[in-house]
Amino acid sequence: MAESGGDLSKATRVVSAHISVWKRMAEIWRSRELLIYLVRTEIKVKYKNSFLGLVWSMISPAMTLLIFFLVFQVILKNGMPNFVIFLFSGLLIWNFFQTGVQTATGVVVNNSGLVKKVSFPREILALASIGSAGVFFFFQSCVMVIFMIVLSSAPDWPLIPLLFLALAAVAVLASALAVFLSAVNVYMRDTQHLVEVLLTAWFWACPIVYSYQRTISKQLHYHHLVWLYFLNPVTPPVMTFQRVLYNIPIGRLTTPGHQLTAFLPPWPWTTYAVADLIILGISAVLFVGALMVFGRLEGNFAEEL
Amino acid sequence: MGNVAVDVQDVSKRFRLYHERYNSLKERLIHAGRTPYEDLWALRDVSFDVKEGETVGILGRNGSGKSTALKCICGVLQPTSGQVVVRGKLAGLLELGAGFQQELSGRENIYLNGSMLGMSKKDVDRVFDDVVEFAELGQFIDNQVKFYSSGMYVRLGFAVAVNVDPDVLVVDEVLAVGDERFQRKCMDRIKTFQKEGRTILFVSHSPDMVRSICDRAVVLSDGNLIGVGTPGEAVRLFRERLLEAGDVLALGIETPEVHDEGPGMPAELPTSIKVEGPQRDEHQDTTRPVRFTEIIPYFAANQDRRYLLPGETLIVRAAYQVTAPAQGVVFSIEVRDNSSSVLFMTDTEILGLGLDLPVGPGAIDFHFESLPLFDGAYDVVLGVAGKGGMLFDWQEPACRFEVMNPTRAVGVVAMPVRVALVPREWVDESTTAVGWANPAEAG
Repeated sequence: MAESGGDLSKATRVVSAHISVWKRMAEIWRSRELLIYLVRTEIKVKYKNSFLGLVWSMISPAMTLLIFFLVFQVILKNGMPNFVIFLFSGLLIWNFFQTGVQTATGVVVNNSGLVKKVSFPREILALASIGSAGVFFFFQSCVMVIFMIVLSSAPDWPLIPLLFLALAAVAVLASALAVFLSAVNVYMRDTQHLVEVLLTAWFWACPIVYSYQRTISKQLHYHHLVWLYFLNPVTPPVMTFQRVLYNIPIGRLTTPGHQLTAFLPPWPWTTYAVADLIILGISAVLFVGALMVFGRLEGNFAEEL
Repeated sequence: MGNVAVDVQDVSKRFRLYHERYNSLKERLIHAGRTPYEDLWALRDVSFDVKEGETVGILGRNGSGKSTALKCICGVLQPTSGQVVVRGKLAGLLELGAGFQQELSGRENIYLNGSMLGMSKKDVDRVFDDVVEFAELGQFIDNQVKFYSSGMYVRLGFAVAVNVDPDVLVVDEVLAVGDERFQRKCMDRIKTFQKEGRTILFVSHSPDMVRSICDRAVVLSDGNLIGVGTPGEAVRLFRERLLEAGDVLALGIETPEVHDEGPGMPAELPTSIKVEGPQRDEHQDTTRPVRFTEIIPYFAANQDRRYLLPGETLIVRAAYQVTAPAQGVVFSIEVRDNSSSVLFMTDTEILGLGLDLPVGPGAIDFHFESLPLFDGAYDVVLGVAGKGGMLFDWQEPACRFEVMNPTRAVGVVAMPVRVALVPREWVDESTTAVGWANPAEAG
């Protein structure tokens, strides 16, 4: 349908149970404008009729940030200098991932009216959720910049491009999960709740509120479990963000004693780059797989909803 | 021209009818592998094509699979097997305003809906004013659509769909929206589409609609394609299939009200009604001495066919039993259409027939020579009364018959019409007035 073909040779479209993944991707690409509209709609609708509007998208992460800050810095006294920046850099990318996957899971079911009546590549719905999470990511990034200026915390400027690599890896990974989960959720509505619970656990499996280097790397090495920890595909991007934005590999604690402590792993930037690239690659494969699963399940959407 | 715009190739669609839905994980686990379901083939190996510039109708009863077919063509449903190839941009009107976002304004929804139908922002910019004008929304265009009246809502939906400049327009019975004027506007737009050589595929319950705008029609029954042909042929096929299935209600006709005045009326409405039973014999009351026993419609032209063609002869034969001698008996007959309006009523008194009936069985025939009716199912109501209007028996409906119109003319009354051009010399060229000189001789 998303054809604006020339007058002479009109584009053909085939409706069948067996459409190759590449054709699906081409369809998605052709509907990119629709994707933009859907993202815009989702954001507009979310904050329509609310007095503070988009500010709400900031308040909830700000609250999380404040709570973690109070708990870990003020109460537990972890002594990390500029801990807010450390927290925020990890939360920034995690929030993107979490919001995207969480909203995408229910998106096909929530838009059943559309799915049953209008023809368009349905994957777009899941991708639009990732897209709107991306918009919120952008807003939060702006707040992050303000924080960094206020606290005069400079990022590692030459490594800024790594952020985009990490972001791309997370975006593709989140898209793969989004497409897969949104389809599965049509058949098993539990998925939505399951995903919510799993994401909470997943959050703590990532070194966001604690420093990997300072807190658990020793124990992991001792038990030879480093590989297990790094099976978590969100960890490398999170650590990349911390490496670039927090940029205090080694510093003195703010607690009495002022010992010199490593807050970030002493890895060269290439380690981050390679790790993020691997995740990006795996995510791309997963994305294709997710599209295939989606294609198989899509055939019965209209009846299941 | 001549190219195939929509090619439906061996499309089958299976639905699984679950006796119970198990949508949660727990239920899925408990009932793993033995979820009870039945296969329902909504479509079975349906193949047909629609040429470019053609208008094709899909006819079928409820549940015949016509909506499923349309959804497969639009791509809302995937066929279980087979495929549909669509050449050109397709705009599907399965439901007007289906893609609307309640919270957004009309303006935003036009863009959203347009992009869903495959338009770029530039395309929408170009037709935006036309859409607003067609939908007659005026200043409401910037209001949220959730505040729209249902009429405004569907008007906007239709306006967007017809302005996306589709090569193929697919319409599911959505044209019955809005007021009469807007409906006419929609029909005009569809006719313009036809003139522009676009392809239209549409489902309708109304054979009149199919007859008046379609070039061809496809008939579906229980998921099978039973015929493709000219609208007249297709409607005939469709009617025959309805009759075969014992479904006397023709398409587009609402279920008639159940007439249960008068005791002893059967609840269902068979084509011919046998009126007998022991309780009748017990009541040998002399106040109602004439009773109908059986009423049969008889198609003089072809008794095997289960419908009449316009202009054919219908004979209604009513058998009766007289239990006491009756003088001045009046039989009355009414023909009603499906909405119970009386099309025709007469009785033997009006016809100048004085009837004195002796005791015993008898029968009376009503001959309708050349029945001037078009499509529809008609009820015959019979009554018998005695002197002074004392009603002896009343059968409503006494029997039913159907008329099938093989031509493309539409309406209620089959008026015989002869057309001839007026000879050139009769036309006064200076005033273009036509001399009214004896048109009867003109032919």
